[in-house]
Amino acid sequence: MTNKQQDPRMYLMRITDSSSPQMHKLMLVLRYLLMIFVTAIMVGPFLWLAYLSVRMTGNIYTWPEAWSDFSLRSYLFVWNTPEMNIKPAFINSVVVAIVSVATTVLVASLAAYPLARLEFFGKRIVFMFILCTLMVPFQLYMIPLFRLVTQDLRLANTYTGVILPFVASVFGIYLIKQFYETIPVDLDEAARVDGAGEFRLWWQILLPMTKPAMGTLAIFSFVGSWSNFLWPLLVLQADEKMTLPVQIVQLSGAFVDRISYLAAGSVIAIVPVILFFLFLQKWFLGGLTLGSVKG
Amino acid sequence: MKNSLLKRKLKTTSIAYLFLAPAILIMAIFVMYPVLQGFWLSFYQCDPYSSEATFIGWDNYRQLIADPQFRITLCNSILYLIVVPIIIILSLGMAVLVEPLLPGVNFFRAAWYIPVVTTMVVVGVSFRFIFSEDDGLINEVLKYMGIIQQSIPWMTEKWLVLITVMVVTIWKGLGYYMVAFIAALRAVPIEQIEAAIVDGAKPWSIFRNVKLPNLWPTITLVAILSSIGALQAFDEIYVLTRGAVPEATTLVYYIYEMGFDASQSSYEYGYASAMAVVLFFIVLAFTALNLWTMRKGGWSND
Repeated sequence: MTNKQQDPRMYLMRITDSSSPQMHKLMLVLRYLLMIFVTAIMVGPFLWLAYLSVRMTGNIYTWPEAWSDFSLRSYLFVWNTPEMNIKPAFINSVVVAIVSVATTVLVASLAAYPLARLEFFGKRIVFMFILCTLMVPFQLYMIPLFRLVTQDLRLANTYTGVILPFVASVFGIYLIKQFYETIPVDLDEAARVDGAGEFRLWWQILLPMTKPAMGTLAIFSFVGSWSNFLWPLLVLQADEKMTLPVQIVQLSGAFVDRISYLAAGSVIAIVPVILFFLFLQKWFLGGLTLGSVKG
Repeated sequence: MKNSLLKRKLKTTSIAYLFLAPAILIMAIFVMYPVLQGFWLSFYQCDPYSSEATFIGWDNYRQLIADPQFRITLCNSILYLIVVPIIIILSLGMAVLVEPLLPGVNFFRAAWYIPVVTTMVVVGVSFRFIFSEDDGLINEVLKYMGIIQQSIPWMTEKWLVLITVMVVTIWKGLGYYMVAFIAALRAVPIEQIEAAIVDGAKPWSIFRNVKLPNLWPTITLVAILSSIGALQAFDEIYVLTRGAVPEATTLVYYIYEMGFDASQSSYEYGYASAMAVVLFFIVLAFTALNLWTMRKGGWSND
């Protein structure tokens, strides 16, 4: 990020926005008002959800009469009631996410190495093959995949069945390949002269140097895994195996005697991922530009 | 000499494929094989309870043409693409707002990105609280302000359902595409902008004549990604409506119903696969169309 004072675009904005300083100030105020308005729209639904989860008594549309109208009881109830199944689903989601992220990063780092650094027969074809899988919409092969995983491989109701089909990420392979290509080849040559094999070279030299790329991929695959809904819905059957999004939908479809319960469960489902994002936002907001190719 | 080089390349090749093995195997087994089987299944009759499949030629496709529900959902899926220009305009507008590094700009960028990282299922639940007919936020606010007397049936009347679901799709995607536009805007050569200012160009004319031509590749990328996303929208429809309004669901949802929804009377893998094949070609066509318009746009601006 450039220093705020040095951003030439600020200066340009100042001289293009207006002819007079007053006009410039007015434009700036308007700009901030617009930004606040957009923020209200983008964050409002979450605030409404949070409000519904803590408003315990009285009509939700009337002004609360006392502080006792608010309470965190719904959270405790949802978390501790076995019928709600939120705590086990939360733990399941964490397990699935950790395993998915670790496997995805490993598979992508392995595959990216020869694509970026080695000259071998069939390199082009392999790369085309990998990019091709990006083109097909999931719905095209969802049914055969379901038959394959649940019937032929007997992985119905297992986390292997939930995770395995998605651990080869084209986005990830591409991202890490781009990163490997920025590292000087001299390094490899020096290591080879010292007698390092390809595997050791990858593990000891390239892997430690590509932590930023692996971090970016880890973040995106965490969000993907945490949010995945349709596939776990199809593969998982037992209640004790459910992941959080599937469980939330089951709650929302079932008769829930208080909407604050459903709202509290929903907040529990998004708080980890929002916190995760807020702590690592630079990786999110910066990492994406790596993926976009200027054509 | 030449022989030893060849030997070395052969050795490198075998090592390379060792590294590639996990990725290639997973893609071959869990993507390529099911894709091919999807095409194959579309010519068969195959119900979930038996592993037997009977070849029926083009019958599934013939049946599709005559199926009114297929026609409705296909139209809705095409109609759903209205979200694409809306997403482009709004996310570009947002990017323009937060492009200069004004104080607090990182806060706004982060806040607008939050919907992208949150689970669609939860987003669906919170929008149900907002659009609900009986006591949803919007209806209550509109009634309070005296704009309406009767509740607006956001989630039961066909067109309103489609609009509601599209609003959710648009709202959730904006931050993602905004990030791409911010990067593209900041990549516009500063000299070009300065030259325009020296020529006395007004802000709008700078945007139109200097920035916009530089944005075409990104606009195309956003158009492709968001139209693929729009054609595949599923989670929001599932959570918001559960298919309660059959005339307001999309092709993807119909595929899901045909393949997996036990409450459907007809429950048919082959038929659902035929629909998936149709969807695949629509996605392909739109990607090609977008790439073609980019070519055209790019040339006319050169």
